Amino acid sequence: MELSHKDLLGIEQLTAQEISLILDTAVSMKEVSAREIKKVPTLRGKTIISMFYEPSTRTRTSFEIAGKRLSADVINISASSSSVVKGETLEDTGRNLQAMNPDLLIVRHACAGAPKLLADALPTPVINAGDGSHEHPTQALLDAFTIRERLETLAGRSVLIVGDILHSRVARSNILLLNKMGAAVRVCGPLTMMPRAVEQLGVEYVPCLTDAVRDADVIMMLRIQKERQQGARFPNEREYSRFFGLNRAVLRHARGDVLIMHPGPVNRGVEISPDVMSLPYSIILDQVTNGVAVRMALMYLLTGK
Amino acid sequence: MALLIRTARALDPSEGLDEILNILVEGGRITALGRDIEAPAGGDCDVIDAAGLIAAPGLIDMHTHLREPGQEYKETIASGARAAAAGGFTAVACMANTYPANDNASTTRYILERAREACVRVLPVAALTVGLKGTALTEMGDLKEAGAVALSDDGCSIADAQVMRLALEYARSFEMPVLCHCEDSSLSFGGVMHEGAVSAVLGLRPIAPAAEELIVQRDIALAEWVGHCVHIQHVSTAGSVRIIREAKARGVRVTAETAPHYFTLTDEAVRGFDTNTKMNPPLRSASDVAAIRQGLADGTIDVIASDHAPHSSLEKDVEFDHAAFGIVGLETMLPLTLALVSEGVLTLAQAVEKFTCNPAAVLGYGRARLKAGSVADITIIDPDMLWTLERGRLYSLSCNTPFFGRTFTGRAVYTIVGGTVVHALRA
Ligand SMILES: [Zn+2]
Repeated sequence: MELSHKDLLGIEQLTAQEISLILDTAVSMKEVSAREIKKVPTLRGKTIISMFYEPSTRTRTSFEIAGKRLSADVINISASSSSVVKGETLEDTGRNLQAMNPDLLIVRHACAGAPKLLADALPTPVINAGDGSHEHPTQALLDAFTIRERLETLAGRSVLIVGDILHSRVARSNILLLNKMGAAVRVCGPLTMMPRAVEQLGVEYVPCLTDAVRDADVIMMLRIQKERQQGARFPNEREYSRFFGLNRAVLRHARGDVLIMHPGPVNRGVEISPDVMSLPYSIILDQVTNGVAVRMALMYLLTGK
Repeated sequence: MALLIRTARALDPSEGLDEILNILVEGGRITALGRDIEAPAGGDCDVIDAAGLIAAPGLIDMHTHLREPGQEYKETIASGARAAAAGGFTAVACMANTYPANDNASTTRYILERAREACVRVLPVAALTVGLKGTALTEMGDLKEAGAVALSDDGCSIADAQVMRLALEYARSFEMPVLCHCEDSSLSFGGVMHEGAVSAVLGLRPIAPAAEELIVQRDIALAEWVGHCVHIQHVSTAGSVRIIREAKARGVRVTAETAPHYFTLTDEAVRGFDTNTKMNPPLRSASDVAAIRQGLADGTIDVIASDHAPHSSLEKDVEFDHAAFGIVGLETMLPLTLALVSEGVLTLAQAVEKFTCNPAAVLGYGRARLKAGSVADITIIDPDMLWTLERGRLYSLSCNTPFFGRTFTGRAVYTIVGGTVVHALRA
């Protein structure tokens, strides 16, 4: 079986079978990362260009390590060094890079739909590494991989996502993926951070966090963009953490073995209290480890043929 | 001690009650109502002979300014509560434009602490935005936990529509009612009276009715979009009444209040440059007054609230342009409303609803009722008493009212809070 699309622009385009294929492939990729020599020749001679039009450390590094463990040549272009500052359009930048015959483009952009613009214009496969508030498919896949690793299966599980759903590409991709795989998704947060008609995304909105955590198998806390939204969509960190932050008092209403996830970087003491981050069932660092494996799998599936 | 209210016309529209009954109060609660209820044998029992009087559930004034903390020379929570009791009110909601503003849980707790010495119940309304500045949201969850019953930037309108939208959404997250002072200040800026024939004569800077109506329309549209309820404060124009009536017909969750001066006085009252005719929104035209009365009669306007706004001579004994907006109203609201009953605009039951179940529903306040088991907050009204408002006779610390010298019919003669008589005119 192979992926039916040239690109990975979002979870929306994937079938449940394709998601399973990616996750199954990632299992063997994870094994590579556990070896003493963490490199296989699979993508030797392939060129991967990652274009980050938005600052990111962990996602960019994760893609870079993934490419290198598969022996690909990985070139990073960041917004400040790219021709975007010289006034070139995104499409023209893409055509110029295309002229150098890359095998895969990885694109992060502040505008929803930007990776699709490139994917439509170029024959090279494109992986969306996050576009605006639209999708972040590799994050959702690594989250799914991490849950599957702990709970065997996604079907029938109950996943709670807490925070700024409105502006979160992580939440959008996760909701799509979890629904496709048969998990039930609940969301919680102030209404200022909920998309209109949030139920139509296939989730249940629960306003109160202590109610929302009840019987959840997994709690995903989203990062609060405090620099951008304080005062506007929530009064301040203190009130946010009191009503929508995860702490031990809230967890008393949850299952004892609930898994706690966060896409990072964490605002300690805001969305998650420090004592919760160190709990054994907090699998935030597993997510980071698995990100490399999932991205290796995608690189292989999109270019390896 | 027990209290027996004898042969009162017991009137509680929400309970469908309107009959001559005895009401027995023990331990702060109503323990029995009935024709044959008598004082318990042997025990101490005060008796109020209420023949010819009306007993209603304790009246609520959902719009007052008690000025504490910060402007205690105008009013304190204790003095405002005494004025409320004298006016027949057992509970008052107080707005957030104090100094400091009630925009944080500490101030809410301070108000409630001070209210423990007050003779009526005090329901703090907290600010929607920090400092009522219309930019940053307050800690609404924290404020609710501290005891705030609702949210309002009364005195100011939030100018930025996106801030208002987010405030409504955030308030909805915590199921907090939002009360809206509707004024487009870019239009009303500098104005001191209604824009009409009288302002044309007096040369005072005008406030167009549209300044109110634009924001009534906006806030209803925002409430409809985000799915929260809004309550429009001090409706003063015919246009606002029409907008609210249409919204209600459409099923929008909007409620509204007006103040007695908006159905009693017109902008003609401003002709003498009496600063006690300066309020915000301003006294409007005769056709606006007629529309307010129609809105009260047909239920478009749910609540009558005083907008009790005490100011001292420092703010009022000055040029009309420089005077502060607002008048005291707690002690004149009930008779001015009873005048609507005698004029046939409202039934007595409608008038009582606008002070009891309607404001309680807006605030989500578990109010008293006239039934066994209820907290004994009771207002006893003499509907026929003729009296004249004289200078020096107000309980409020301030005396900024245009109604001195006016003769009223009807008055609260007993105000009972938790079974205790806190105001008695006849005792
Ligand atoms: Zn106001």
